[in-house]
Amino acid sequence: MTTSCDIGRLSEISKTIRREILELIYRTRSPHIGPSFSIVEVLVALYFKYLNVDPADPSKADRDRLIMSKGHACLTLYTVLKERGFLSADDLKGFAKNGGTLEQHPNRDVSKGIELSTGSLGHGLSVGAGMAFAAKKDGKKQRVFVILGDGELNEGAIWEAVMFASQHKLNNLVSVVDCNGMQALGYTKDIIDLAHLSDTWKSFGWAVREVNGHNLAEVCTSLEGLPFSEDKPNVILARTVKGKGVSFMENKLLWHYRAPDEREYEAAIKELNNA
Amino acid sequence: MRDTFVKHLCDMAQRDTDLYLLTGDLGFRLFDEFRERFSDRFLDMGIAEQNMIGVAAGLALSGKKVYCYSIIPFLVMRAYEQIRVDIAYHNLDVKLVGVGGGFTYGMEGFTHFGLEDFALMRSLPNMTVVVPADPVEARCVAELSATVAGPMYIRLGRTGDPVLHDATPPLEIGKAMILREGVDASIFVTGSMAAVALSVADRLEHTGIAATVINMHTLKPLDVETIKSTASTRKIIISIEEHNISGGLGSAIGEVLLESHYHGLFKRFGISEPLGTAMGDADFLRDTHGLTADNIFQQIFDMARKEKGKSYGN
Repeated sequence: MTTSCDIGRLSEISKTIRREILELIYRTRSPHIGPSFSIVEVLVALYFKYLNVDPADPSKADRDRLIMSKGHACLTLYTVLKERGFLSADDLKGFAKNGGTLEQHPNRDVSKGIELSTGSLGHGLSVGAGMAFAAKKDGKKQRVFVILGDGELNEGAIWEAVMFASQHKLNNLVSVVDCNGMQALGYTKDIIDLAHLSDTWKSFGWAVREVNGHNLAEVCTSLEGLPFSEDKPNVILARTVKGKGVSFMENKLLWHYRAPDEREYEAAIKELNNA
Repeated sequence: MRDTFVKHLCDMAQRDTDLYLLTGDLGFRLFDEFRERFSDRFLDMGIAEQNMIGVAAGLALSGKKVYCYSIIPFLVMRAYEQIRVDIAYHNLDVKLVGVGGGFTYGMEGFTHFGLEDFALMRSLPNMTVVVPADPVEARCVAELSATVAGPMYIRLGRTGDPVLHDATPPLEIGKAMILREGVDASIFVTGSMAAVALSVADRLEHTGIAATVINMHTLKPLDVETIKSTASTRKIIISIEEHNISGGLGSAIGEVLLESHYHGLFKRFGISEPLGTAMGDADFLRDTHGLTADNIFQQIFDMARKEKGKSYGN
């Protein structure tokens, strides 16, 4: 069970992660700080408490798999993997550099804890479903987590995978949807409205939990409740805030692509340090 | 061709318990035996090709050897980006079996034609592209596919394709197969057009033109050596394929010829635009597009006659 001591630790790690993301984006002038900030707590909780993964043996056969389907938020994955010991400080130094180590979308390298190359949206859930299906067939205990964006749910292929997973009762498959309510050009409600998202997943045969994606206690409680059902795949709808942690970035479309200038960087780091 | 292929897949599944077969809700009755014998390794993915490819990737990343089956446009074009990213880029052990090359599905219309698959599949990283010419070769390719660890695209006809080989030919992936030898011209052919190419060579022979017929069952990796060596000694080179004239076998050969400073005549036979609105069965459509022994023979014969310093028959 989660204790307040766990929450405190995970919260501290989350702060570190946000600072690292900011540094990397500022230094490399990379996009996607907003969607990287919104998924921090979920990835921190998974990698520091719930995932059966081991940096000393990254390719162990029974490890849980995590697919970062919303691949543009890869900096959250990279920084978490670094804190968890899968990536080195040098690996991060090579982010978004000519001849470097890590691109602006994940590239599969199991030795670094990256399970799938992603970046084209709408692929992760199908691949995750294939992994979950194989694990069930082979009687393996591993679970497969797929991190999706709410904008990503526009992709039709997602729903093909949703139908497949419920047909085959893949209760070892867990989707986490980062519901930050925004996508590249605007609010999701104005582009493709997902107002009834919970009912939609339920109607497709999934077991649904909704949480505040920045509330570590809620996130942990939902992850502890897995599987939510014996015969259904699981989805956690994480209600989040794009740009979470830096007041002037929160819920601002600008910060989907923009990298902070020096003044903005100073202001942001101050906020993150005082949080 | 497809029946032979799937029949052999059953034998392979018997030997290899990691072999999975996925279909996009197509292949009525075709999979009855596989389904019955290996029900837990047969998956009808429904009419959802993008997911079929993604799931295949997930299975392959979990150590399975996966065969995905559908009609070419639905397999290759509908799910092309999934094939590109999930299968080809990750270099996974997934075999894509596309049925209905060219005009095979004649009366079913344009949506069912496989006209662009060579171009699309041969430009993908890590992808092997193989096109058996008859059921005997389809069986060889099925067997050989298990020996290629990475992704492979296999283009099949439908049912009732003519048998070309009396015995199992020495089919080697990546190595062109010489079907007959002749010093004057080389006819490169792939898949369903092989019988036509042989018939063309027969007729040419009667006019005193000896043609080599080369079965290019593998489009990628391309047997560049065989193309170059034939170019060094033949004045006429022909390609025949049931595919759009752009991007397929003829394009691939043309690229090699140009780079190797070939000075002879080169002509591609394939499907060119405008596609037209002609409606009919496969034979009718092949005829409409000049993919017949009559037409190809006549055109090669005319080419040969114009070739300076040569005098052929008639």
